[in-house]
Amino acid sequence: MKQETVTIKNRAGIHARPAALIVRTASEFESEIFIELDDMKINAKSIMGIITLGANYKSILQISAEGEDEEDAVSAIAKLFENRFEED
Amino acid sequence: MKNFTVLDLIDLDLKDHNSLNLKCVAGRKGLQRIITDPEINRPGLTLSGFFNEFAYHRIQLFGRGEIAYLNMLEANDTMSAVEKMFSYQLSCCIFSQSVTPSKKLLQIAENAGCAVLQTDLTSSEFTIRLMRALNDIFAPKKVIHAVLVEVFGIGVLITGGSGVGKSETALELIERGHRLIADDSVVLKSVNGSFLMGSGRNEMLGHHMEIRGLGIINVSNLFGVGSIRDKKQVQLLIELEIWNSDANYDRLGTGDITKEILDVQIPLIKLPVKAGRNIPILIEVAAMNERLKKLGYHSAQEFDDNVLKWLESKNARSLYSNKNDIF
Repeated sequence: MKQETVTIKNRAGIHARPAALIVRTASEFESEIFIELDDMKINAKSIMGIITLGANYKSILQISAEGEDEEDAVSAIAKLFENRFEED
Repeated sequence: MKNFTVLDLIDLDLKDHNSLNLKCVAGRKGLQRIITDPEINRPGLTLSGFFNEFAYHRIQLFGRGEIAYLNMLEANDTMSAVEKMFSYQLSCCIFSQSVTPSKKLLQIAENAGCAVLQTDLTSSEFTIRLMRALNDIFAPKKVIHAVLVEVFGIGVLITGGSGVGKSETALELIERGHRLIADDSVVLKSVNGSFLMGSGRNEMLGHHMEIRGLGIINVSNLFGVGSIRDKKQVQLLIELEIWNSDANYDRLGTGDITKEILDVQIPLIKLPVKAGRNIPILIEVAAMNERLKKLGYHSAQEFDDNVLKWLESKNARSLYSNKNDIF
Protein backbone atom coordinates (compact mmCIF):
# COMPACT_ATOMS: atom_id res chain seq x y z
CA MET A 1 0.00 0.00 0.00
CA LYS A 2 1.20 3.47 -0.89
CA GLN A 3 0.38 6.50 1.28
CA GLU A 4 0.97 10.22 1.13
CA THR A 5 -0.08 13.19 3.26
CA VAL A 6 -1.25 16.36 1.54
CA THR A 7 -2.42 19.80 2.65
CA ILE A 8 -5.15 21.81 0.94
CA LYS A 9 -3.59 24.93 -0.49
CA ASN A 10 -6.48 26.56 -2.35
CA ARG A 11 -8.62 28.99 -0.33
CA ALA A 12 -11.99 27.48 -1.24
CA GLY A 13 -11.16 23.95 -0.10
CA ILE A 14 -12.60 20.89 -1.81
CA HIS A 15 -15.87 21.99 -3.37
CA ALA A 16 -17.64 20.45 -6.35
CA ARG A 17 -15.10 21.22 -9.06
CA PRO A 18 -11.97 19.97 -7.26
CA ALA A 19 -13.93 16.92 -6.14
CA ALA A 20 -14.86 16.13 -9.74
CA LEU A 21 -11.21 16.57 -10.70
CA ILE A 22 -10.10 14.10 -8.01
CA VAL A 23 -12.73 11.54 -9.04
CA ARG A 24 -11.80 11.86 -12.69
CA THR A 25 -8.13 11.33 -11.90
CA ALA A 26 -8.80 8.48 -9.48
CA SER A 27 -11.03 6.67 -11.97
CA GLU A 28 -8.12 6.42 -14.42
CA PHE A 29 -6.45 3.94 -12.09
CA GLU A 30 -7.26 0.34 -11.29
CA SER A 31 -6.18 0.63 -7.63
CA GLU A 32 -8.56 1.13 -4.71
CA ILE A 33 -7.90 4.73 -3.65
CA PHE A 34 -8.98 6.26 -0.34
CA ILE A 35 -8.82 9.72 1.17
CA GLU A 36 -8.77 10.19 4.93
CA LEU A 37 -9.58 13.24 7.05
CA ASP A 38 -9.75 12.87 10.84
CA ASP A 39 -11.78 9.72 11.43
CA MET A 40 -13.42 9.71 7.99
CA LYS A 41 -12.16 7.48 5.23
CA ILE A 42 -13.83 7.63 1.84
CA ASN A 43 -13.45 6.18 -1.61
CA ALA A 44 -11.67 8.63 -3.91
CA LYS A 45 -13.84 7.49 -6.81
CA SER A 46 -17.02 8.78 -5.16
CA ILE A 47 -17.80 12.44 -5.73
CA MET A 48 -20.35 12.85 -2.92
CA GLY A 49 -17.98 11.11 -0.52
CA ILE A 50 -15.22 13.60 -1.25
CA ILE A 51 -17.50 16.63 -0.99
CA THR A 52 -19.02 15.51 2.32
CA LEU A 53 -15.53 15.22 3.82
CA GLY A 54 -15.86 18.99 4.18
CA ALA A 55 -12.15 19.51 3.63
CA ASN A 56 -11.41 23.23 3.94
CA TYR A 57 -8.32 25.40 3.54
CA LYS A 58 -5.25 23.98 5.30
CA SER A 59 -6.90 20.63 6.11
CA ILE A 60 -4.42 17.78 6.16
CA LEU A 61 -5.51 14.69 4.29
CA GLN A 62 -4.07 11.24 3.84
CA ILE A 63 -4.20 9.63 0.41
CA SER A 64 -3.74 5.89 0.19
CA ALA A 65 -3.97 3.43 -2.66
CA GLU A 66 -3.74 -0.30 -2.99
CA GLY A 67 -3.33 -2.13 -6.28
CA GLU A 68 -1.00 -2.55 -9.21
CA ASP A 69 -0.76 1.13 -10.12
CA GLU A 70 -0.85 2.46 -6.54
CA GLU A 71 2.37 4.51 -6.90
CA ASP A 72 1.12 6.42 -9.94
CA ALA A 73 -2.37 6.85 -8.49
CA VAL A 74 -1.17 8.46 -5.26
CA SER A 75 1.30 10.75 -6.99
CA ALA A 76 -1.29 11.82 -9.61
CA ILE A 77 -3.77 12.80 -6.88
CA ALA A 78 -1.15 14.43 -4.68
CA LYS A 79 -0.16 16.51 -7.70
CA LEU A 80 -3.72 17.91 -7.94
CA PHE A 81 -3.43 19.17 -4.37
CA GLU A 82 0.03 20.56 -5.09
CA ASN A 83 -1.34 22.49 -8.09
CA ARG A 84 -4.19 23.90 -5.94
CA PHE A 85 -6.66 22.27 -8.37
CA GLU A 86 -5.69 25.03 -10.78
CA GLU A 87 -7.28 27.59 -8.47
CA ASP A 88 -5.99 30.47 -6.34
CA MET B 1 -13.77 9.59 16.99
CA LYS B 2 -13.08 13.29 17.26
CA ASN B 3 -12.85 14.66 20.78
CA PHE B 4 -16.27 15.49 22.16
CA THR B 5 -16.11 18.69 24.17
CA VAL B 6 -18.59 20.37 26.53
CA LEU B 7 -19.23 22.93 23.78
CA ASP B 8 -20.21 20.11 21.42
CA LEU B 9 -22.68 18.92 24.07
CA ILE B 10 -24.38 22.36 24.16
CA ASP B 11 -24.28 22.52 20.36
CA LEU B 12 -26.00 19.15 19.83
CA ASP B 13 -28.88 19.56 17.43
CA LEU B 14 -31.55 17.56 19.26
CA LYS B 15 -35.22 18.20 18.73
CA ASP B 16 -38.43 18.11 20.80
CA HIS B 17 -38.38 15.33 23.37
CA ASN B 18 -34.63 14.85 22.91
CA SER B 19 -33.48 18.42 23.43
CA LEU B 20 -31.25 19.03 26.46
CA ASN B 21 -31.98 22.79 26.76
CA LEU B 22 -28.49 23.54 28.03
CA LYS B 23 -26.94 26.96 28.50
CA CYS B 24 -23.68 28.00 30.00
CA VAL B 25 -23.84 30.27 33.07
CA ALA B 26 -20.17 30.35 34.09
CA GLY B 27 -16.72 28.96 33.37
CA ARG B 28 -16.62 29.51 29.63
CA LYS B 29 -12.98 28.43 29.58
CA GLY B 30 -14.16 24.95 30.54
CA LEU B 31 -16.23 24.58 27.37
CA GLN B 32 -13.16 23.17 25.65
CA ARG B 33 -12.86 20.32 28.15
CA ILE B 34 -13.28 16.89 26.64
CA ILE B 35 -16.03 14.54 27.80
CA THR B 36 -14.42 11.11 27.97
CA ASP B 37 -16.99 9.16 29.94
CA PRO B 38 -20.60 8.88 28.72
CA GLU B 39 -21.96 8.69 32.25
CA ILE B 40 -23.35 10.91 34.99
CA ASN B 41 -22.31 11.41 38.59
CA ARG B 42 -24.53 12.89 41.32
CA PRO B 43 -22.00 14.58 43.58
CA GLY B 44 -23.90 14.21 46.88
CA LEU B 45 -21.20 12.16 48.61
CA THR B 46 -18.46 14.39 47.28
CA LEU B 47 -20.09 17.53 48.69
CA SER B 48 -20.21 15.87 52.10
CA GLY B 49 -16.43 15.47 51.89
CA PHE B 50 -16.13 11.83 50.82
CA PHE B 51 -13.69 11.73 47.91
CA ASN B 52 -12.94 8.00 47.61
CA GLU B 53 -13.74 6.66 44.14
CA PHE B 54 -14.90 10.13 43.06
CA ALA B 55 -15.83 9.83 39.37
CA TYR B 56 -14.64 13.36 38.57
CA HIS B 57 -14.29 12.75 34.82
CA ARG B 58 -18.03 12.15 34.54
CA ILE B 59 -20.59 14.88 34.03
CA GLN B 60 -21.60 16.20 37.48
CA LEU B 61 -25.35 16.67 37.79
CA PHE B 62 -26.75 18.81 40.61
CA GLY B 63 -30.41 18.23 41.37
CA ARG B 64 -32.67 19.79 44.02
CA GLY B 65 -31.07 17.79 46.84
CA GLU B 66 -27.49 18.69 45.99
CA ILE B 67 -28.44 22.34 45.59
CA ALA B 68 -30.15 22.46 48.98
CA TYR B 69 -27.05 20.90 50.50
CA LEU B 70 -24.83 23.44 48.72
CA ASN B 71 -26.94 26.28 50.12
CA MET B 72 -26.59 24.84 53.62
CA LEU B 73 -22.80 24.58 53.20
CA GLU B 74 -22.65 28.18 52.10
CA ALA B 75 -24.83 29.37 54.98
CA ASN B 76 -22.45 27.62 57.41
CA ASP B 77 -19.46 28.93 55.45
CA THR B 78 -17.99 25.44 55.05
CA MET B 79 -17.18 25.38 51.35
CA SER B 80 -13.87 23.50 51.57
CA ALA B 81 -15.33 20.30 50.10
CA VAL B 82 -16.72 22.27 47.17
CA GLU B 83 -13.34 23.89 46.57
CA LYS B 84 -11.65 20.51 46.77
CA MET B 85 -14.19 19.08 44.34
CA PHE B 86 -13.41 21.77 41.76
CA SER B 87 -9.68 21.14 42.13
CA TYR B 88 -10.28 17.91 40.20
CA GLN B 89 -10.44 18.06 36.39
CA LEU B 90 -14.27 17.85 36.27
CA SER B 91 -15.69 17.54 32.74
CA CYS B 92 -18.55 19.95 33.58
CA CYS B 93 -21.30 20.69 36.12
CA ILE B 94 -24.96 20.81 35.22
CA PHE B 95 -27.75 22.26 37.35
CA SER B 96 -31.25 21.01 36.65
CA GLN B 97 -34.62 22.80 36.93
CA SER B 98 -33.15 26.18 35.94
CA VAL B 99 -31.51 26.67 39.32
CA THR B 100 -28.83 29.33 39.22
CA PRO B 101 -26.07 28.45 41.65
CA SER B 102 -24.84 31.04 44.16
CA LYS B 103 -22.25 33.67 43.22
CA LYS B 104 -19.70 31.99 45.47
CA LEU B 105 -20.00 28.68 43.63
CA LEU B 106 -19.88 30.33 40.23
CA GLN B 107 -16.71 32.12 41.32
CA ILE B 108 -15.11 28.83 42.42
CA ALA B 109 -16.04 27.21 39.09
CA GLU B 110 -14.78 30.22 37.15
CA ASN B 111 -11.42 30.09 38.92
CA ALA B 112 -11.15 26.35 38.32
CA GLY B 113 -12.02 26.80 34.63
CA CYS B 114 -14.93 24.36 34.85
CA ALA B 115 -18.06 25.03 32.82
CA VAL B 116 -21.33 25.40 34.75
CA LEU B 117 -24.38 24.59 32.68
CA GLN B 118 -28.05 24.94 33.41
CA THR B 119 -31.11 23.13 32.10
CA ASP B 120 -34.81 23.66 32.71
CA LEU B 121 -35.52 19.93 32.81
CA THR B 122 -35.92 17.87 35.96
CA SER B 123 -32.94 15.75 36.97
CA SER B 124 -34.51 12.42 36.06
CA GLU B 125 -35.79 13.61 32.68
CA PHE B 126 -32.46 15.26 31.94
CA THR B 127 -30.59 12.09 32.91
CA ILE B 128 -32.66 10.01 30.50
CA ARG B 129 -32.16 12.44 27.62
CA LEU B 130 -28.46 12.90 28.30
CA MET B 131 -27.83 9.16 28.50
CA ARG B 132 -29.66 8.68 25.23
CA ALA B 133 -27.64 11.43 23.53
CA LEU B 134 -24.31 10.26 24.94
CA ASN B 135 -25.01 6.62 24.08
CA ASP B 136 -25.60 7.76 20.54
CA ILE B 137 -22.39 9.80 20.41
CA PHE B 138 -20.18 7.18 22.02
CA ALA B 139 -21.69 4.28 20.04
CA PRO B 140 -19.28 2.31 17.84
CA LYS B 141 -19.42 3.90 14.40
CA LYS B 142 -18.41 2.99 10.91
CA VAL B 143 -18.70 4.77 7.57
CA ILE B 144 -19.24 2.52 4.58
CA HIS B 145 -19.58 3.00 0.86
CA ALA B 146 -23.21 2.06 0.22
CA VAL B 147 -26.74 3.37 -0.26
CA LEU B 148 -29.39 3.16 2.44
CA VAL B 149 -33.05 3.13 1.41
CA GLU B 150 -36.27 2.32 3.20
CA VAL B 151 -38.35 -0.16 1.20
CA PHE B 152 -41.82 -1.03 2.54
CA GLY B 153 -40.63 -0.03 6.02
CA ILE B 154 -37.50 -2.18 5.92
CA GLY B 155 -34.11 -0.46 6.04
CA VAL B 156 -32.17 -1.88 3.09
CA LEU B 157 -28.45 -1.26 2.80
CA ILE B 158 -27.24 -1.72 -0.77
CA THR B 159 -23.52 -2.40 -1.15
CA GLY B 160 -21.33 -3.41 -4.07
CA GLY B 161 -18.29 -2.33 -6.01
CA SER B 162 -17.87 1.05 -7.69
CA GLY B 163 -20.02 1.31 -10.83
CA VAL B 164 -22.23 -1.72 -10.17
CA GLY B 165 -25.32 0.49 -10.09
CA LYS B 166 -26.09 1.16 -6.42
CA SER B 167 -27.23 4.75 -6.93
CA GLU B 168 -29.24 3.91 -10.05
CA THR B 169 -31.00 1.09 -8.18
CA ALA B 170 -31.77 3.44 -5.30
CA LEU B 171 -33.05 6.08 -7.69
CA GLU B 172 -35.53 3.67 -9.23
CA LEU B 173 -36.65 2.59 -5.76
CA ILE B 174 -37.26 6.25 -4.84
CA GLU B 175 -39.14 6.70 -8.09
CA ARG B 176 -41.34 3.77 -7.06
CA GLY B 177 -42.24 5.59 -3.83
CA HIS B 178 -39.60 4.37 -1.39
CA ARG B 179 -37.31 6.59 0.68
CA LEU B 180 -33.69 7.58 0.57
CA ILE B 181 -31.72 7.85 3.81
CA ALA B 182 -28.19 8.26 2.48
CA ASP B 183 -26.34 7.79 -0.76
CA ASP B 184 -22.68 7.00 -1.19
CA SER B 185 -21.38 7.12 2.35
CA VAL B 186 -23.58 5.77 5.12
CA VAL B 187 -22.78 6.18 8.80
CA LEU B 188 -23.61 3.02 10.73
CA LYS B 189 -23.95 3.10 14.51
CA SER B 190 -24.34 0.13 16.75
CA VAL B 191 -27.10 1.04 19.20
CA ASN B 192 -26.55 -0.81 22.51
CA GLY B 193 -24.85 -3.49 20.43
CA SER B 194 -28.29 -4.80 19.47
CA PHE B 195 -29.16 -3.09 16.22
CA LEU B 196 -27.62 -0.91 13.53
CA MET B 197 -28.78 2.63 12.86
CA GLY B 198 -27.86 4.15 9.52
CA SER B 199 -27.81 7.82 8.56
CA GLY B 200 -26.15 10.23 6.16
CA ARG B 201 -22.86 11.84 7.04
CA ASN B 202 -23.75 15.44 6.61
CA GLU B 203 -27.21 16.87 7.25
CA MET B 204 -26.55 19.95 5.16
CA LEU B 205 -25.44 18.00 2.10
CA GLY B 206 -27.66 14.99 2.74
CA HIS B 207 -30.22 13.54 0.36
CA HIS B 208 -28.24 14.42 -2.73
CA MET B 209 -27.22 11.74 -5.18
CA GLU B 210 -24.59 11.57 -7.85
CA ILE B 211 -25.79 9.74 -10.94
CA ARG B 212 -23.26 9.21 -13.71
CA GLY B 213 -24.36 11.21 -16.72
CA LEU B 214 -26.84 13.36 -14.77
CA GLY B 215 -24.55 14.84 -12.16
CA ILE B 216 -25.69 15.76 -8.67
CA ILE B 217 -29.44 15.76 -8.02
CA ASN B 218 -31.43 16.85 -4.98
CA VAL B 219 -33.79 14.01 -4.09
CA SER B 220 -36.08 15.89 -1.69
CA ASN B 221 -36.66 18.69 -4.20
CA LEU B 222 -37.24 16.33 -7.10
CA PHE B 223 -39.42 13.71 -5.41
CA GLY B 224 -40.80 15.62 -2.41
CA VAL B 225 -40.13 15.38 1.30
CA GLY B 226 -41.98 12.07 1.39
CA SER B 227 -39.06 10.50 -0.41
CA ILE B 228 -36.44 11.14 2.25
CA ARG B 229 -35.76 10.09 5.79
CA ASP B 230 -33.01 11.06 8.25
CA LYS B 231 -32.17 7.73 9.81
CA LYS B 232 -33.33 4.17 9.75
CA GLN B 233 -32.45 0.85 11.30
CA VAL B 234 -30.57 -1.41 8.88
CA GLN B 235 -32.56 -4.63 8.62
CA LEU B 236 -31.42 -6.12 5.33
CA LEU B 237 -28.16 -6.12 3.45
CA ILE B 238 -28.15 -6.41 -0.35
CA GLU B 239 -24.81 -7.07 -1.98
CA LEU B 240 -24.83 -6.29 -5.71
CA GLU B 241 -22.25 -8.04 -7.83
CA ILE B 242 -21.64 -8.51 -11.54
CA TRP B 243 -23.18 -11.80 -12.72
CA ASN B 244 -20.63 -14.58 -12.70
CA SER B 245 -21.80 -17.74 -14.46
CA ASP B 246 -19.39 -19.88 -12.42
CA ALA B 247 -20.67 -18.68 -9.06
CA ASN B 248 -23.30 -20.62 -7.14
CA TYR B 249 -26.20 -18.34 -6.33
CA ASP B 250 -28.82 -19.14 -3.72
CA ARG B 251 -31.67 -20.90 -5.53
CA LEU B 252 -33.92 -21.84 -2.62
CA GLY B 253 -33.49 -19.17 0.02
CA THR B 254 -33.71 -21.66 2.86
CA GLY B 255 -30.20 -21.06 4.14
CA ASP B 256 -30.34 -17.76 5.98
CA ILE B 257 -27.01 -16.00 5.49
CA THR B 258 -26.06 -13.08 7.71
CA LYS B 259 -23.17 -10.68 7.82
CA GLU B 260 -21.69 -9.14 10.94
CA ILE B 261 -21.30 -5.38 11.03
CA LEU B 262 -20.14 -3.79 14.31
CA ASP B 263 -21.03 -7.06 16.12
CA VAL B 264 -24.63 -7.00 14.84
CA GLN B 265 -25.87 -9.79 12.56
CA ILE B 266 -27.76 -8.53 9.50
CA PRO B 267 -29.53 -10.82 6.97
CA LEU B 268 -27.57 -10.79 3.72
CA ILE B 269 -28.77 -11.33 0.15
CA LYS B 270 -26.29 -11.47 -2.72
CA LEU B 271 -27.90 -10.24 -5.93
CA PRO B 272 -26.11 -10.82 -9.22
CA VAL B 273 -26.58 -7.95 -11.68
CA LYS B 274 -27.23 -8.80 -15.32
CA ALA B 275 -29.18 -7.30 -18.19
CA GLY B 276 -32.81 -8.37 -17.90
CA ARG B 277 -32.76 -8.58 -14.11
CA ASN B 278 -34.73 -5.72 -12.66
CA ILE B 279 -32.81 -5.12 -9.43
CA PRO B 280 -35.20 -2.58 -7.81
CA ILE B 281 -38.10 -5.03 -8.12
CA LEU B 282 -35.96 -7.84 -6.74
CA ILE B 283 -35.11 -5.63 -3.77
CA GLU B 284 -38.78 -4.79 -3.21
CA VAL B 285 -39.62 -8.48 -3.13
CA ALA B 286 -36.67 -9.19 -0.83
CA ALA B 287 -37.90 -6.47 1.56
CA MET B 288 -41.46 -7.83 1.57
CA ASN B 289 -40.12 -11.34 2.09
CA GLU B 290 -38.09 -10.04 5.04
CA ARG B 291 -41.27 -8.56 6.53
CA LEU B 292 -43.05 -11.87 6.11
CA LYS B 293 -40.19 -13.60 7.90
CA LYS B 294 -40.53 -11.16 10.76
CA LEU B 295 -44.22 -12.04 10.95
CA GLY B 296 -43.21 -15.68 11.23
CA TYR B 297 -43.87 -16.77 7.68
CA HIS B 298 -40.79 -18.05 5.87
CA SER B 299 -41.68 -18.60 2.18
CA ALA B 300 -38.87 -21.01 1.31
CA GLN B 301 -39.20 -22.94 4.56
CA GLU B 302 -42.98 -23.21 4.21
CA PHE B 303 -42.61 -24.45 0.64
CA ASP B 304 -40.11 -27.10 1.73
CA ASP B 305 -42.41 -28.25 4.56
CA ASN B 306 -45.31 -28.55 2.08
CA VAL B 307 -43.19 -30.64 -0.29
CA LEU B 308 -42.26 -32.94 2.58
CA LYS B 309 -45.92 -33.29 3.64
CA TRP B 310 -46.98 -34.01 0.07
CA LEU B 311 -44.30 -36.71 -0.35
CA GLU B 312 -45.33 -38.20 2.98
CA SER B 313 -49.00 -38.39 1.94
CA LYS B 314 -48.03 -39.94 -1.39
CA ASN B 315 -46.07 -42.55 0.50
CA ALA B 316 -49.02 -43.34 2.70
CA ARG B 317 -51.38 -43.59 -0.27
CA SER B 318 -49.08 -45.83 -2.24
CA LEU B 319 -49.36 -48.39 0.55
CA TYR B 320 -52.99 -48.93 -0.44
CA SER B 321 -52.71 -48.54 -4.20
CA ASN B 322 -49.82 -50.88 -4.86
CA LYS B 323 -51.46 -54.12 -5.99
CA ASN B 324 -48.34 -56.25 -5.50
CA ASP B 325 -48.29 -55.63 -1.78
CA ILE B 326 -49.88 -58.28 0.39
CA PHE B 327 -51.75 -56.96 3.40
